[in-house]
Amino acid sequence: MNTFSALKRDKGKCTAGHEANLCDLGLVPSVFIENMRVRQMGSNDSKEAAREIVVPGELLAISSKRAGPGTFSEGGKIYAAHLGIKSVRPDSISVVPLSGQYMPMRGDLVVGKIIGVGSSNWLVDINSPYPSPLHVNEVPWRVEFGETRKFMSVGDIVLLKIVGVDEIKRVSVSMQDHGLRKLTGGMVVELSPSKVPRVIGKNGSMIQTMKTMTGCRIYVGQNGRIWIDGELDNMVLAVKAIKMIEDEAHNLGLTEKVKRFLEENKVEGA
Amino acid sequence: MSKDVVADLKRDYITRLLAKGMRSDGRQFDEMRPLKVETNYIGSAQGSALVHLGDTTVVVGVKLILGAPFPDTPNTGVLTTNAELIPMASETFESGPPDQTSIEVARVVDRGIREGHAVDLEKLCLEPGKQVWIMFVDVHVLDYDGNLFDAASIGANAAFKTAMVPNKAAGLGEDVPLPVKHQPISITVVKIDGKLLVDPTHDEERVADARLTVATIETGNLCAMQKGLDGAFTLDEVLKVVETSSRIGAEIRSRL
Amino acid sequence: MGGAPTDLKLIDERGLRLDGRRPDEMRPLKIEAGVLNKADGSAFVEWGMNKVMAAVYGPRECHPRHLQNTERALVQCHYNMASFSVEDRKRPGPDRRSHEISKILSEALTHVVFTEYFPRTSIDVYIEVLQANAGTRCAGLTAASVALADAGVPMRDLVASVAAGKVANTMVLDLGKEEDNFGQADIPVGYVPRTDEVVLLQMDGDLTREEFDKGLHMAVGACKKVYEVQRDALKRRYSSRAEGQEEGA
Repeated sequence: MNTFSALKRDKGKCTAGHEANLCDLGLVPSVFIENMRVRQMGSNDSKEAAREIVVPGELLAISSKRAGPGTFSEGGKIYAAHLGIKSVRPDSISVVPLSGQYMPMRGDLVVGKIIGVGSSNWLVDINSPYPSPLHVNEVPWRVEFGETRKFMSVGDIVLLKIVGVDEIKRVSVSMQDHGLRKLTGGMVVELSPSKVPRVIGKNGSMIQTMKTMTGCRIYVGQNGRIWIDGELDNMVLAVKAIKMIEDEAHNLGLTEKVKRFLEENKVEGA
Repeated sequence: MSKDVVADLKRDYITRLLAKGMRSDGRQFDEMRPLKVETNYIGSAQGSALVHLGDTTVVVGVKLILGAPFPDTPNTGVLTTNAELIPMASETFESGPPDQTSIEVARVVDRGIREGHAVDLEKLCLEPGKQVWIMFVDVHVLDYDGNLFDAASIGANAAFKTAMVPNKAAGLGEDVPLPVKHQPISITVVKIDGKLLVDPTHDEERVADARLTVATIETGNLCAMQKGLDGAFTLDEVLKVVETSSRIGAEIRSRL
Repeated sequence: MGGAPTDLKLIDERGLRLDGRRPDEMRPLKIEAGVLNKADGSAFVEWGMNKVMAAVYGPRECHPRHLQNTERALVQCHYNMASFSVEDRKRPGPDRRSHEISKILSEALTHVVFTEYFPRTSIDVYIEVLQANAGTRCAGLTAASVALADAGVPMRDLVASVAAGKVANTMVLDLGKEEDNFGQADIPVGYVPRTDEVVLLQMDGDLTREEFDKGLHMAVGACKKVYEVQRDALKRRYSSRAEGQEEGA
């Protein structure tokens, strides 16, 4: 008989210009990967500690510790639920993912694309197995029935927040919060959602560095989509920096390396 | 969700870069992606090649079996080309019988091989009107990032070069190398916003207005061409593409 | 399964098989994880002369729509053999054998995937046999498990798979092509090491109960070794990437 543990959410900072207040969610199977929270909880970990890769079904511990995200427990033992890095805390064990689809969680900031327009809602692709309806009540404008197309159409890029996910994974999103809106111009880069924490960096250090050095506006969605806008050469630089982070997410000292790369290739007047 | 969703966004970015003379992967307009070819990759085939062209990966297998010739060409072996664009290779490929894209790839590659006389089909005739070697060229796409025409063309040539006719198994004596005559190599160019780009990635193909594939043989002669997509080329552009394809085709040929 | 040509010694005087293996010996097995760019997860298996590629897309929206399950993900396996993978060129496209294999592989994998966490989606597993030399469904299942893990799909365990068989009245492990063609029985097994469960099992030929028992245990024992190779492939794929992933800096 499997038992799953509750996922308690901590308050955390999600940079990219927004303070995302992550509230307690209640009972959610610990299989749900929550990178940032696992990482933040572990910010006191020694860097020298060996990183152990674990595979699905691998025994992690026979312990009274809590089975954290990315694990499941059976018969008093804790096992890895997916491929990732074993992460041991004083009171829990979890597995940080190295890959995987974006699974929407309440409170997440996401970069979406409108893929359908109805009379009282829009359908949004949030880079997840679950497309999400955006209802007219959840946008900052007053939209009459049938007038949806006047405000947004297929192809538009939007910055949204996940407001709810039910038991069968129906996702509801909203544009009604400070900073959320339709994004015009710019360019969207996609990368594995499991790498998003690296792009944001510890306490937002990495993303801050990128924004400062390139002078670009950058919004990082938890769903593995990053919107960038700025002067073209700076955009190219930002895209390269993101690619570097994606390719070398495993290396220590990455922040320094990216910083140096941006310094050396800085475009004049940025 | 389909990753295709983000493609349109890239159009703007790609065209803005092109206006400044840049491609999104940093290549020159007339530069091919890194090419890696491994021959004799499939033991169960008489000839084969594994081709990596940038992030596009294809396997070309050549199999020869005995059979009857076509009635209108009793003195030549039979050549037939097939392309499998399997769903594994891209979210944009669906299961099922070959669609128009797979068929076009197969036929264009076939045209290059056939019109370029890559293999001396007459030497594959054993008994006129009765028995010949039937040569199957099967292109299997494993990973798709654009330009199947060239990846397949290069793979076919590499496979022919190292293929053996299976005489022994057929009780016809010793195995001999496949009678290769010429090396037709196709090079594909797309036009985006008036710029001509060689060896398009999938993103570049998706935003391209028009596409032109040109196959040449080692003498410099042209043997096959195919224009695709619903945009158009000016006459000058056509001649420019022919010149570029011949030049790059020759470079690739010298490396095989 | 048929009678061997009289001059073919499937087991010789020293008890060795055609390729020199002992009855309980597996062919060399090599696995690489994460070999394709586009797929969400992938694995390439070289097992004896078999070359099999597995790729995973998903969980993603379920197509065809009418197969969607509101409570769990559908694991849809598509097994296919390339035309050039066999001695006698095969016509492209799935035949009845491919459909059957696709079905049993889907069922085997469904047992271990946490499908309940992805309702209404499909996890598509593509298995392409590039070169075949008997045991391709086992190689395919073995590859598929690694590809699913590579894609980050949560599972209770990996599934390892190998076939046992009977050749010249001897129970042997991991049949080669001639053994499969001219032997007396073939038993492909798919096994979950952690829970000691069998998720794939087929048999054809002629066996006594004792012979089957012996063959099953032989296969299960070998599956444990296959599992080690699978795990190693996944760890190697990401080992150099482990270091900084957890920290933000």
